[in-house]
Amino acid sequence: MKIEDVEKEILEEFEFFGDDWEAKYEHLIDLGKSLPLIEAQFKTEENIIQGCQSRVWLNSELKDGKMIFTADSDAIITKGMVALMIRVLSGQKPEDIVNAKMDFVDKIGLKEHLSPTRANGLVSMINRMKKEAILNIEK
Amino acid sequence: MIDIKKIREQFPILQQKVNGKPLVYFDNGATSQKPEVVIDAIGNFYKTGNSNIHRGVHTLSRLATEQFEQSRKTIATHFHIKNEQQIIFTSGTTDSINKVAQGLAKHHLKSGDEIILSTYEHHSNILPWQLWAQKNGGVLKVIPLLEDNSLDYVAFENLFSEKTKLVAITHVSNTLGLITNLQKIKELTQKYNVPFLLDGAQSAPHMRIDLNQIEPDFFVCSAHKMYGPTGAGILYLSEKWLGTLPLASTGGGTIKTVTFEKTEYAEGALRFEPGTPHIAGAIGFATAIKFMDEVGMNHLYEHESYLVNHAQKALKQIREVELYGANDHKAGVISFNVKGQHPFDVGTLLDKYGIAVRTGHHCTQPLMQCLGVQGTVRISFAVYNTIEEVDFFIEKLKKVITMLQ
Ligand SMILES: Cc1ncc(COP(=O)(O)O)c(C=O)c1O
Repeated sequence: MKIEDVEKEILEEFEFFGDDWEAKYEHLIDLGKSLPLIEAQFKTEENIIQGCQSRVWLNSELKDGKMIFTADSDAIITKGMVALMIRVLSGQKPEDIVNAKMDFVDKIGLKEHLSPTRANGLVSMINRMKKEAILNIEK
Repeated sequence: MIDIKKIREQFPILQQKVNGKPLVYFDNGATSQKPEVVIDAIGNFYKTGNSNIHRGVHTLSRLATEQFEQSRKTIATHFHIKNEQQIIFTSGTTDSINKVAQGLAKHHLKSGDEIILSTYEHHSNILPWQLWAQKNGGVLKVIPLLEDNSLDYVAFENLFSEKTKLVAITHVSNTLGLITNLQKIKELTQKYNVPFLLDGAQSAPHMRIDLNQIEPDFFVCSAHKMYGPTGAGILYLSEKWLGTLPLASTGGGTIKTVTFEKTEYAEGALRFEPGTPHIAGAIGFATAIKFMDEVGMNHLYEHESYLVNHAQKALKQIREVELYGANDHKAGVISFNVKGQHPFDVGTLLDKYGIAVRTGHHCTQPLMQCLGVQGTVRISFAVYNTIEEVDFFIEKLKKVITMLQ
Protein backbone atom coordinates (compact mmCIF):
# COMPACT_ATOMS: atom_id res chain seq x y z
CA MET A 1 0.00 0.00 0.00
CA LYS A 2 1.14 3.52 -0.74
CA ILE A 3 1.69 5.96 2.12
CA GLU A 4 -1.38 8.02 1.22
CA ASP A 5 -3.52 4.90 1.19
CA VAL A 6 -2.42 3.84 4.63
CA GLU A 7 -3.05 7.37 5.87
CA LYS A 8 -6.53 7.28 4.36
CA GLU A 9 -7.23 3.98 6.05
CA ILE A 10 -6.18 5.40 9.44
CA LEU A 11 -8.28 8.51 8.87
CA GLU A 12 -11.35 6.40 8.22
CA GLU A 13 -10.61 4.32 11.27
CA PHE A 14 -10.48 7.41 13.49
CA GLU A 15 -13.41 9.19 11.85
CA PHE A 16 -15.55 6.47 13.34
CA PHE A 17 -14.94 7.91 16.83
CA GLY A 18 -16.05 11.43 15.93
CA ASP A 19 -15.61 13.75 18.92
CA ASP A 20 -15.40 10.96 21.45
CA TRP A 21 -11.84 11.49 22.64
CA GLU A 22 -12.11 8.72 25.21
CA ALA A 23 -12.87 6.15 22.53
CA LYS A 24 -10.10 7.59 20.38
CA TYR A 25 -7.56 7.25 23.17
CA GLU A 26 -8.77 3.78 24.04
CA HIS A 27 -8.10 2.84 20.43
CA LEU A 28 -4.68 4.46 20.59
CA ILE A 29 -3.92 2.49 23.74
CA ASP A 30 -5.03 -0.73 22.02
CA LEU A 31 -2.76 0.06 19.10
CA GLY A 32 0.06 0.58 21.56
CA LYS A 33 -0.58 -2.79 23.09
CA SER A 34 -0.63 -4.56 19.74
CA LEU A 35 2.57 -3.11 18.33
CA PRO A 36 4.96 -5.97 17.63
CA LEU A 37 7.78 -5.42 20.07
CA ILE A 38 11.15 -4.58 18.78
CA GLU A 39 13.55 -7.51 19.13
CA ALA A 40 15.43 -7.34 22.41
CA GLN A 41 18.77 -7.11 20.60
CA PHE A 42 17.69 -3.80 19.05
CA LYS A 43 16.63 -2.20 22.34
CA THR A 44 20.04 -0.60 22.65
CA GLU A 45 21.27 2.74 23.95
CA GLU A 46 22.00 3.66 20.36
CA ASN A 47 18.41 3.09 19.31
CA ILE A 48 16.90 5.16 22.13
CA ILE A 49 15.22 8.40 21.23
CA GLN A 50 15.14 10.32 24.45
CA GLY A 51 12.02 12.32 25.13
CA CYS A 52 12.01 14.20 28.37
CA GLN A 53 9.60 11.71 29.91
CA SER A 54 8.78 8.72 27.75
CA ARG A 55 11.41 6.97 25.71
CA VAL A 56 11.21 5.45 22.25
CA TRP A 57 13.37 2.74 20.74
CA LEU A 58 13.56 2.60 16.97
CA ASN A 59 15.33 0.16 14.72
CA SER A 60 15.45 0.37 10.95
CA GLU A 61 16.78 -1.76 8.15
CA LEU A 62 16.58 -1.84 4.37
CA LYS A 63 15.00 -4.96 2.88
CA ASP A 64 14.41 -5.35 -0.86
CA GLY A 65 14.61 -1.57 -1.33
CA LYS A 66 12.13 -0.86 1.45
CA MET A 67 12.60 0.48 4.96
CA ILE A 68 11.49 -1.79 7.77
CA PHE A 69 10.94 -0.07 11.12
CA THR A 70 10.34 -1.71 14.49
CA ALA A 71 9.92 0.28 17.67
CA ASP A 72 8.81 0.40 21.26
CA SER A 73 8.08 2.94 23.99
CA ASP A 74 7.80 2.74 27.75
CA ALA A 75 4.58 4.83 27.72
CA ILE A 76 1.54 3.20 26.16
CA ILE A 77 0.05 6.32 24.55
CA THR A 78 3.39 7.13 22.98
CA LYS A 79 3.57 3.54 21.84
CA GLY A 80 0.16 3.90 20.21
CA MET A 81 1.43 6.92 18.30
CA VAL A 82 4.58 5.00 17.39
CA ALA A 83 2.39 2.19 16.06
CA LEU A 84 0.64 4.66 13.74
CA MET A 85 3.93 6.04 12.41
CA ILE A 86 5.21 2.57 11.75
CA ARG A 87 2.04 1.53 10.02
CA VAL A 88 2.44 4.48 7.65
CA LEU A 89 6.17 4.40 7.05
CA SER A 90 7.39 0.85 7.49
CA GLY A 91 7.66 -1.15 4.28
CA GLN A 92 7.86 2.01 2.16
CA LYS A 93 10.55 3.10 -0.24
CA PRO A 94 13.13 5.51 1.27
CA GLU A 95 12.30 8.31 -1.19
CA ASP A 96 8.60 8.10 -0.33
CA ILE A 97 9.40 8.26 3.39
CA VAL A 98 11.48 11.39 2.94
CA ASN A 99 8.57 13.07 1.17
CA ALA A 100 5.84 11.92 3.56
CA LYS A 101 4.00 14.89 5.11
CA MET A 102 2.55 12.96 8.05
CA ASP A 103 -0.30 15.47 8.27
CA PHE A 104 -2.76 12.67 8.96
CA VAL A 105 -1.80 13.10 12.64
CA ASP A 106 -3.37 16.55 12.57
CA LYS A 107 -6.43 15.25 10.72
CA ILE A 108 -7.17 12.60 13.31
CA GLY A 109 -6.91 15.20 16.08
CA LEU A 110 -3.71 13.96 17.71
CA LYS A 111 -1.45 16.77 16.58
CA GLU A 112 -0.74 17.78 20.18
CA HIS A 113 1.48 14.71 20.43
CA LEU A 114 3.74 16.09 17.73
CA SER A 115 4.28 19.54 19.20
CA PRO A 116 7.99 20.22 19.63
CA THR A 117 7.52 20.80 23.36
CA ARG A 118 5.92 17.44 23.81
CA ALA A 119 7.98 15.34 26.17
CA ASN A 120 7.49 12.06 24.35
CA GLY A 121 10.22 11.98 21.72
CA LEU A 122 7.83 11.46 18.77
CA VAL A 123 9.03 14.40 16.72
CA SER A 124 12.58 13.18 17.09
CA MET A 125 11.40 9.72 16.08
CA ILE A 126 9.94 10.96 12.78
CA ASN A 127 13.11 12.93 12.14
CA ARG A 128 15.16 9.83 12.82
CA MET A 129 12.99 7.74 10.45
CA LYS A 130 13.48 10.28 7.68
CA LYS A 131 17.18 10.53 8.32
CA GLU A 132 17.57 6.75 8.07
CA ALA A 133 15.59 6.87 4.83
CA ILE A 134 17.87 9.56 3.39
CA LEU A 135 20.94 7.51 4.24
CA ASN A 136 19.44 4.60 2.37
CA ILE A 137 18.65 6.63 -0.73
CA GLU A 138 22.29 7.52 -0.98
CA LYS A 139 23.36 3.90 -0.81
CA MET B 1 -13.17 28.88 57.82
CA ILE B 2 -12.31 30.63 54.62
CA ASP B 3 -14.69 31.22 51.76
CA ILE B 4 -13.06 29.34 48.89
CA LYS B 5 -15.65 30.49 46.40
CA LYS B 6 -14.75 34.13 47.09
CA ILE B 7 -11.07 33.31 46.81
CA ARG B 8 -11.54 31.51 43.49
CA GLU B 9 -13.31 34.54 42.06
CA GLN B 10 -10.11 36.53 42.51
CA PHE B 11 -8.22 34.28 40.07
CA PRO B 12 -9.17 35.13 36.47
CA ILE B 13 -7.42 32.09 35.00
CA LEU B 14 -9.55 29.66 37.00
CA GLN B 15 -12.65 30.85 35.20
CA GLN B 16 -11.54 29.41 31.88
CA LYS B 17 -11.89 26.04 30.22
CA VAL B 18 -9.14 23.71 29.09
CA ASN B 19 -9.89 21.06 26.48
CA GLY B 20 -13.50 22.20 26.81
CA LYS B 21 -13.54 21.30 30.53
CA PRO B 22 -13.34 23.55 33.59
CA LEU B 23 -9.70 23.89 34.59
CA VAL B 24 -8.69 21.84 37.60
CA TYR B 25 -5.26 23.18 38.39
CA PHE B 26 -3.26 20.77 40.52
CA ASP B 27 0.21 21.88 39.41
CA ASN B 28 0.76 24.54 42.04
CA GLY B 29 4.07 23.05 43.11
CA ALA B 30 5.44 24.12 39.74
CA THR B 31 3.84 27.55 39.86
CA SER B 32 0.67 28.92 41.39
CA GLN B 33 -1.93 31.07 39.66
CA LYS B 34 -2.09 34.80 40.35
CA PRO B 35 -4.95 36.74 41.94
CA GLU B 36 -6.27 39.89 40.29
CA VAL B 37 -4.64 42.13 42.93
CA VAL B 38 -1.20 40.87 41.94
CA ILE B 39 -1.87 41.22 38.23
CA ASP B 40 -3.20 44.75 38.85
CA ALA B 41 -0.29 45.76 41.06
CA ILE B 42 2.14 44.85 38.29
CA GLY B 43 0.02 46.44 35.58
CA ASN B 44 -0.50 49.61 37.59
CA PHE B 45 3.17 50.00 38.30
CA TYR B 46 3.90 50.06 34.57
CA LYS B 47 0.83 52.20 33.83
CA THR B 48 1.27 54.88 36.45
CA GLY B 49 4.39 54.37 38.55
CA ASN B 50 7.18 53.16 36.29
CA SER B 51 10.52 54.75 36.93
CA ASN B 52 13.98 53.56 37.89
CA ILE B 53 14.60 53.40 41.60
CA HIS B 54 17.24 54.92 43.89
CA ARG B 55 19.40 57.85 42.83
CA GLY B 56 16.47 59.68 41.18
CA VAL B 57 15.43 63.18 42.20
CA HIS B 58 12.15 63.28 40.33
CA THR B 59 8.81 62.40 41.84
CA LEU B 60 8.13 59.15 40.00
CA SER B 61 11.55 57.79 40.84
CA ARG B 62 11.05 58.66 44.48
CA LEU B 63 7.64 56.99 44.54
CA ALA B 64 8.92 53.89 42.78
CA THR B 65 11.79 53.66 45.27
CA GLU B 66 9.35 53.96 48.15
CA GLN B 67 7.14 51.26 46.71
CA PHE B 68 10.11 48.97 46.11
CA GLU B 69 11.50 49.46 49.62
CA GLN B 70 8.04 49.12 51.13
CA SER B 71 7.77 45.74 49.36
CA ARG B 72 10.96 44.67 51.07
CA LYS B 73 9.41 45.63 54.42
CA THR B 74 6.16 43.78 53.71
CA ILE B 75 8.07 40.63 52.89
CA ALA B 76 10.34 40.98 55.93
CA THR B 77 7.35 41.39 58.23
CA HIS B 78 5.67 38.34 56.71
CA PHE B 79 8.69 36.23 57.64
CA HIS B 80 8.94 37.86 61.09
CA ILE B 81 12.13 39.75 60.31
CA LYS B 82 12.67 43.17 61.90
CA ASN B 83 15.52 44.38 59.72
CA GLU B 84 14.21 44.40 56.15
CA GLN B 85 17.76 44.87 54.85
CA GLN B 86 18.16 41.14 55.40
CA ILE B 87 15.77 40.54 52.49
CA ILE B 88 17.62 40.59 49.15
CA PHE B 89 15.58 40.62 45.96
CA THR B 90 16.65 37.95 43.48
CA SER B 91 15.10 36.35 40.42
CA GLY B 92 14.00 33.31 42.44
CA THR B 93 15.07 30.36 44.56
CA THR B 94 17.63 29.07 42.06
CA ASP B 95 19.23 32.48 41.72
CA SER B 96 19.32 32.91 45.50
CA ILE B 97 21.04 29.56 46.07
CA ASN B 98 23.61 30.34 43.37
CA LYS B 99 24.33 33.69 45.01
CA VAL B 100 25.06 31.93 48.30
CA ALA B 101 27.10 29.15 46.67
CA GLN B 102 29.23 31.57 44.64
CA GLY B 103 29.66 33.88 47.60
CA LEU B 104 30.69 31.12 49.99
CA ALA B 105 33.03 29.60 47.40
CA LYS B 106 35.07 32.81 47.36
CA HIS B 107 36.05 32.71 50.94
CA HIS B 108 34.47 30.23 53.30
CA LEU B 109 34.65 26.97 51.40
CA LYS B 110 38.04 25.33 50.94
CA SER B 111 39.27 22.21 49.21
CA GLY B 112 38.26 19.12 51.19
CA ASP B 113 35.35 20.89 52.90
CA GLU B 114 32.02 19.14 53.19
CA ILE B 115 28.43 20.23 52.60
CA ILE B 116 25.46 18.21 53.82
CA LEU B 117 22.37 17.99 51.59
CA SER B 118 19.32 15.73 51.82
CA THR B 119 17.95 13.09 49.45
CA TYR B 120 14.93 15.35 48.91
CA GLU B 121 16.82 18.17 47.25
CA HIS B 122 15.61 19.83 44.07
CA HIS B 123 18.34 20.01 41.39
CA SER B 124 18.53 23.75 42.14
CA ASN B 125 19.84 22.92 45.60
CA ILE B 126 22.28 20.29 44.30
CA LEU B 127 23.92 21.64 41.16
CA PRO B 128 25.35 24.90 42.58
CA TRP B 129 27.05 22.89 45.35
CA GLN B 130 28.15 20.16 42.97
CA LEU B 131 29.74 22.77 40.72
CA TRP B 132 31.69 24.13 43.68
CA ALA B 133 32.66 20.59 44.82
CA GLN B 134 33.90 19.53 41.37
CA LYS B 135 35.93 22.67 40.86
CA ASN B 136 37.42 22.85 44.33
CA GLY B 137 37.71 19.29 45.58
CA GLY B 138 34.73 19.63 47.89
CA VAL B 139 32.55 16.81 49.16
CA LEU B 140 28.76 16.54 49.19
CA LYS B 141 27.23 14.31 51.86
CA VAL B 142 23.62 13.26 51.63
CA ILE B 143 21.08 12.58 54.40
CA PRO B 144 19.43 9.25 53.53
CA LEU B 145 15.76 8.29 53.83
CA LEU B 146 14.07 5.93 56.26
CA GLU B 147 11.54 3.27 55.22
CA ASP B 148 8.67 5.78 55.40
CA ASN B 149 10.59 8.24 53.19
CA SER B 150 11.23 10.66 56.03
CA LEU B 151 14.82 11.85 56.55
CA ASP B 152 17.08 9.74 58.74
CA TYR B 153 18.15 12.22 61.41
CA VAL B 154 20.41 9.72 63.18
CA ALA B 155 22.35 9.23 59.97
CA PHE B 156 22.25 13.01 59.53
CA GLU B 157 24.12 13.57 62.79
CA ASN B 158 26.75 11.03 61.75
CA LEU B 159 27.50 13.04 58.60
CA PHE B 160 28.91 15.96 60.56
CA SER B 161 32.69 16.29 60.79
CA GLU B 162 35.08 19.13 61.48
CA LYS B 163 35.12 19.69 57.71
CA THR B 164 31.36 20.33 57.50
CA LYS B 165 30.91 23.93 56.36
CA LEU B 166 27.23 24.08 55.47
CA VAL B 167 23.93 22.23 55.66
CA ALA B 168 21.70 23.06 52.69
CA ILE B 169 18.31 21.49 53.01
CA THR B 170 14.78 21.88 51.77
CA HIS B 171 11.96 22.73 54.15
CA VAL B 172 9.46 20.70 52.13
CA SER B 173 10.13 18.03 49.51
CA ASN B 174 8.69 19.33 46.25
CA THR B 175 8.08 15.75 45.12
CA LEU B 176 6.66 14.16 48.28
CA GLY B 177 5.32 17.15 50.21
CA LEU B 178 7.01 15.82 53.35
CA ILE B 179 8.15 18.47 55.82
CA THR B 180 11.66 18.33 57.25
CA ASN B 181 12.16 18.55 60.99
CA LEU B 182 13.45 22.08 61.53
CA GLN B 183 13.83 21.56 65.24
CA LYS B 184 16.26 18.75 64.59
CA ILE B 185 18.15 20.66 61.90
CA LYS B 186 18.47 23.70 64.13
CA GLU B 187 19.59 21.59 67.05
CA LEU B 188 22.28 19.76 65.06
CA THR B 189 23.60 22.76 63.16
CA GLN B 190 23.91 24.68 66.42
CA LYS B 191 25.54 21.74 68.18
CA TYR B 192 28.20 21.47 65.45
CA ASN B 193 28.24 25.19 64.78
CA VAL B 194 27.56 24.85 61.05
CA PRO B 195 25.57 27.43 59.04
CA PHE B 196 22.41 26.23 57.35
CA LEU B 197 20.54 27.21 54.25
CA LEU B 198 16.81 26.52 54.18
CA ASP B 199 15.15 26.11 50.77
CA GLY B 200 11.66 27.46 51.35
CA ALA B 201 10.47 27.19 47.72
CA GLN B 202 7.81 24.63 48.69
CA SER B 203 7.10 25.66 52.27
CA ALA B 204 6.65 29.41 51.94
CA PRO B 205 3.55 28.96 49.72
CA HIS B 206 1.80 26.79 52.29
CA MET B 207 2.73 27.65 55.87
CA ARG B 208 3.60 30.32 58.36
CA ILE B 209 7.36 30.79 58.50
CA ASP B 210 9.01 32.61 61.37
CA LEU B 211 12.63 33.20 60.41
CA ASN B 212 13.27 34.94 63.68
CA GLN B 213 12.52 31.66 65.41
CA ILE B 214 14.00 29.22 62.85
CA GLU B 215 17.21 31.28 62.67
CA PRO B 216 18.62 29.94 59.43
CA ASP B 217 21.75 31.54 58.00
CA PHE B 218 20.14 31.66 54.57
CA PHE B 219 16.53 31.28 53.50
CA VAL B 220 15.34 31.30 49.89
CA CYS B 221 11.99 31.20 48.08
CA SER B 222 10.28 32.13 44.79
CA ALA B 223 7.39 34.56 44.34
CA HIS B 224 5.83 32.59 41.49
CA LYS B 225 4.97 29.64 43.72
CA MET B 226 3.35 32.05 46.20
CA TYR B 227 0.69 33.71 44.01
CA GLY B 228 3.28 36.23 42.80
CA PRO B 229 5.03 36.85 39.48
CA THR B 230 7.77 34.79 37.85
CA GLY B 231 11.30 36.19 37.88
CA ALA B 232 11.15 37.37 41.48
CA GLY B 233 12.26 35.83 44.74
CA ILE B 234 14.26 36.50 47.85
CA LEU B 235 17.43 35.58 49.60
CA TYR B 236 17.27 36.14 53.33
CA LEU B 237 20.64 36.59 55.06
CA SER B 238 21.20 36.42 58.79
CA GLU B 239 22.75 39.55 60.35
CA LYS B 240 26.15 37.87 60.28
CA TRP B 241 26.09 37.03 56.58
CA LEU B 242 24.55 40.34 55.57
CA GLY B 243 27.86 41.94 56.43
CA THR B 244 30.19 39.13 55.37
CA LEU B 245 28.86 37.08 52.46
CA PRO B 246 31.17 37.76 49.52
CA LEU B 247 29.44 39.11 46.43
CA ALA B 248 28.65 36.71 43.60
CA SER B 249 28.30 39.62 41.18
CA THR B 250 28.48 43.35 41.34
CA GLY B 251 27.74 46.56 39.43
CA GLY B 252 25.67 49.74 39.50
CA GLY B 253 23.45 50.48 42.46
CA THR B 254 25.51 48.60 45.01
CA ILE B 255 27.94 51.32 46.00
CA LYS B 256 28.64 54.37 48.11
CA THR B 257 31.62 55.66 46.11
CA VAL B 258 33.59 54.35 43.15
CA THR B 259 36.95 55.35 41.71
CA PHE B 260 38.79 53.28 39.12
CA GLU B 261 41.02 52.00 41.91
CA LYS B 262 38.57 51.24 44.64
CA THR B 263 34.91 50.91 45.59
CA GLU B 264 33.16 51.50 48.84
CA TYR B 265 30.04 49.37 48.89
CA ALA B 266 26.65 50.34 50.23
CA GLU B 267 25.53 48.63 53.36
CA GLY B 268 22.58 46.26 53.59
CA ALA B 269 20.56 44.67 50.85
CA LEU B 270 21.63 47.00 48.05
CA ARG B 271 25.14 45.55 48.07
CA PHE B 272 23.63 42.30 46.73
CA GLU B 273 21.38 43.84 44.11
CA PRO B 274 23.57 45.03 41.23
CA GLY B 275 21.85 46.60 38.25
CA THR B 276 18.22 47.61 37.89
CA PRO B 277 16.19 45.08 39.86
CA HIS B 278 12.84 43.57 38.87
CA ILE B 279 10.91 46.44 40.45
CA ALA B 280 7.47 45.35 39.28
CA GLY B 281 8.34 41.83 40.39
CA ALA B 282 9.17 42.96 43.91
CA ILE B 283 5.94 44.98 44.08
CA GLY B 284 3.94 42.03 42.74
CA PHE B 285 5.60 39.72 45.24
CA ALA B 286 4.72 41.98 48.17
CA THR B 287 1.14 42.18 46.92
CA ALA B 288 0.98 38.39 46.76
CA ILE B 289 2.30 38.21 50.32
CA LYS B 290 -0.43 40.60 51.42
CA PHE B 291 -2.99 38.40 49.68
CA MET B 292 -1.69 35.37 51.61
CA ASP B 293 -1.65 37.25 54.89
CA GLU B 294 -5.21 38.38 54.35
CA VAL B 295 -6.33 34.80 53.90
CA GLY B 296 -4.11 33.91 56.85
CA MET B 297 -1.26 31.41 56.63
CA ASN B 298 -2.83 29.15 59.22
CA HIS B 299 -6.15 29.06 57.37
CA LEU B 300 -4.32 28.39 54.17
CA TYR B 301 -2.37 25.50 55.68
CA GLU B 302 -5.49 24.04 57.29
CA HIS B 303 -7.44 24.14 54.04
CA GLU B 304 -4.65 22.54 52.02
CA SER B 305 -4.08 19.86 54.68
CA TYR B 306 -7.76 19.06 54.49
CA LEU B 307 -7.43 18.62 50.71
CA VAL B 308 -4.28 16.50 51.07
CA ASN B 309 -5.84 14.21 53.65
CA HIS B 310 -9.04 13.86 51.70
CA ALA B 311 -7.14 13.04 48.50
CA GLN B 312 -4.74 10.66 50.21
CA LYS B 313 -7.56 8.77 51.83
CA ALA B 314 -9.31 8.35 48.49
CA LEU B 315 -6.11 7.37 46.69
CA LYS B 316 -5.39 4.72 49.30
CA GLN B 317 -8.70 3.07 48.41
CA ILE B 318 -7.65 2.58 44.81
CA ARG B 319 -5.88 -0.75 44.57
CA GLU B 320 -3.80 0.19 41.53
CA VAL B 321 -2.37 3.33 43.14
CA GLU B 322 1.00 3.40 44.82
CA LEU B 323 1.54 6.44 47.06
CA TYR B 324 4.95 7.80 47.98
CA GLY B 325 5.58 9.36 51.37
CA ALA B 326 1.93 9.25 52.40
CA ASN B 327 1.76 11.01 55.73
CA ASP B 328 -0.75 13.29 57.45
CA HIS B 329 1.80 16.00 58.05
CA LYS B 330 2.37 17.43 54.60
CA ALA B 331 2.53 20.64 52.67
CA GLY B 332 0.10 20.52 49.78
CA VAL B 333 1.81 17.85 47.66
CA ILE B 334 1.04 14.20 46.83
CA SER B 335 3.09 11.88 44.61
CA PHE B 336 1.82 8.58 43.28
CA ASN B 337 1.96 6.12 40.44
CA VAL B 338 -0.56 3.79 38.89
CA LYS B 339 1.07 0.38 39.18
CA GLY B 340 2.42 -0.85 35.86
CA GLN B 341 1.60 2.43 34.06
CA HIS B 342 3.88 5.22 32.93
CA PRO B 343 3.18 8.52 34.74
CA PHE B 344 3.23 10.24 31.35
CA ASP B 345 0.18 8.23 30.23
CA VAL B 346 -1.72 9.02 33.41
CA GLY B 347 -0.90 12.73 33.11
CA THR B 348 -1.82 12.85 29.41
CA LEU B 349 -5.25 11.35 30.01
CA LEU B 350 -5.99 13.49 33.10
CA ASP B 351 -5.16 16.53 30.98
CA LYS B 352 -7.88 15.51 28.54
CA TYR B 353 -10.31 15.93 31.45
CA GLY B 354 -8.96 19.42 32.15
CA ILE B 355 -6.93 18.27 35.15
CA ALA B 356 -3.42 19.73 35.22
CA VAL B 357 -0.93 17.54 37.06
CA ARG B 358 2.83 17.18 36.77
CA THR B 359 4.55 13.97 35.76
CA GLY B 360 8.19 12.98 35.65
CA HIS B 361 11.10 13.38 38.01
CA HIS B 362 10.18 16.87 39.28
CA CYS B 363 13.83 17.95 39.14
CA THR B 364 14.64 15.44 41.88
CA GLN B 365 16.35 12.61 40.03
CA PRO B 366 18.40 11.43 43.03
CA LEU B 367 15.17 11.06 45.01
CA MET B 368 13.63 9.10 42.12
CA GLN B 369 16.61 6.75 42.11
CA CYS B 370 16.11 6.30 45.83
CA LEU B 371 12.40 5.52 45.38
CA GLY B 372 13.32 3.20 42.52
CA VAL B 373 11.06 4.86 39.96
CA GLN B 374 11.52 6.81 36.71
CA GLY B 375 8.95 9.37 37.72
CA THR B 376 5.69 9.98 39.53
CA VAL B 377 2.41 11.77 39.05
CA ARG B 378 2.32 14.77 41.36
CA ILE B 379 -0.71 16.74 42.43
CA SER B 380 -0.11 19.90 44.42
CA PHE B 381 -2.67 22.24 45.91
CA ALA B 382 -3.18 25.94 46.47
CA VAL B 383 -5.73 27.79 48.56
CA TYR B 384 -8.21 28.02 45.66
CA ASN B 385 -8.52 24.26 45.18
CA THR B 386 -11.67 22.55 46.43
CA ILE B 387 -12.86 19.23 47.76
CA GLU B 388 -15.12 18.98 44.70
CA GLU B 389 -12.06 19.24 42.46
CA VAL B 390 -10.36 16.48 44.43
CA ASP B 391 -13.44 14.26 44.07
CA PHE B 392 -13.61 14.99 40.34
CA PHE B 393 -9.94 14.11 40.04
CA ILE B 394 -10.41 10.82 41.89
CA GLU B 395 -13.38 9.90 39.71
CA LYS B 396 -11.42 10.64 36.53
CA LEU B 397 -8.31 8.89 37.78
CA LYS B 398 -10.36 5.73 38.20
CA LYS B 399 -11.58 6.13 34.63
CA VAL B 400 -8.01 6.63 33.42
CA ILE B 401 -6.91 3.48 35.19
CA THR B 402 -9.63 1.51 33.42
CA MET B 403 -8.67 3.01 30.08
CA LEU B 404 -5.03 2.06 30.51
CA GLN B 405 -5.71 -1.52 31.50
C1 LIG C 1 12.28 22.69 46.61
C2 LIG C 1 12.57 23.57 45.43
N1 LIG C 1 13.74 24.22 45.36
C3 LIG C 1 14.04 25.03 44.34
C4 LIG C 1 13.17 25.22 43.28
C5 LIG C 1 13.56 26.13 42.15
O1 LIG C 1 12.74 27.24 42.13
P1 LIG C 1 12.80 28.30 40.95
O2 LIG C 1 12.64 27.51 39.69
O3 LIG C 1 11.65 29.21 41.21
O4 LIG C 1 14.10 28.98 41.03
C6 LIG C 1 11.97 24.55 43.30
C7 LIG C 1 11.02 24.71 42.16
O5 LIG C 1 10.39 23.81 41.70
C8 LIG C 1 11.65 23.71 44.40
O6 LIG C 1 10.50 23.05 44.44
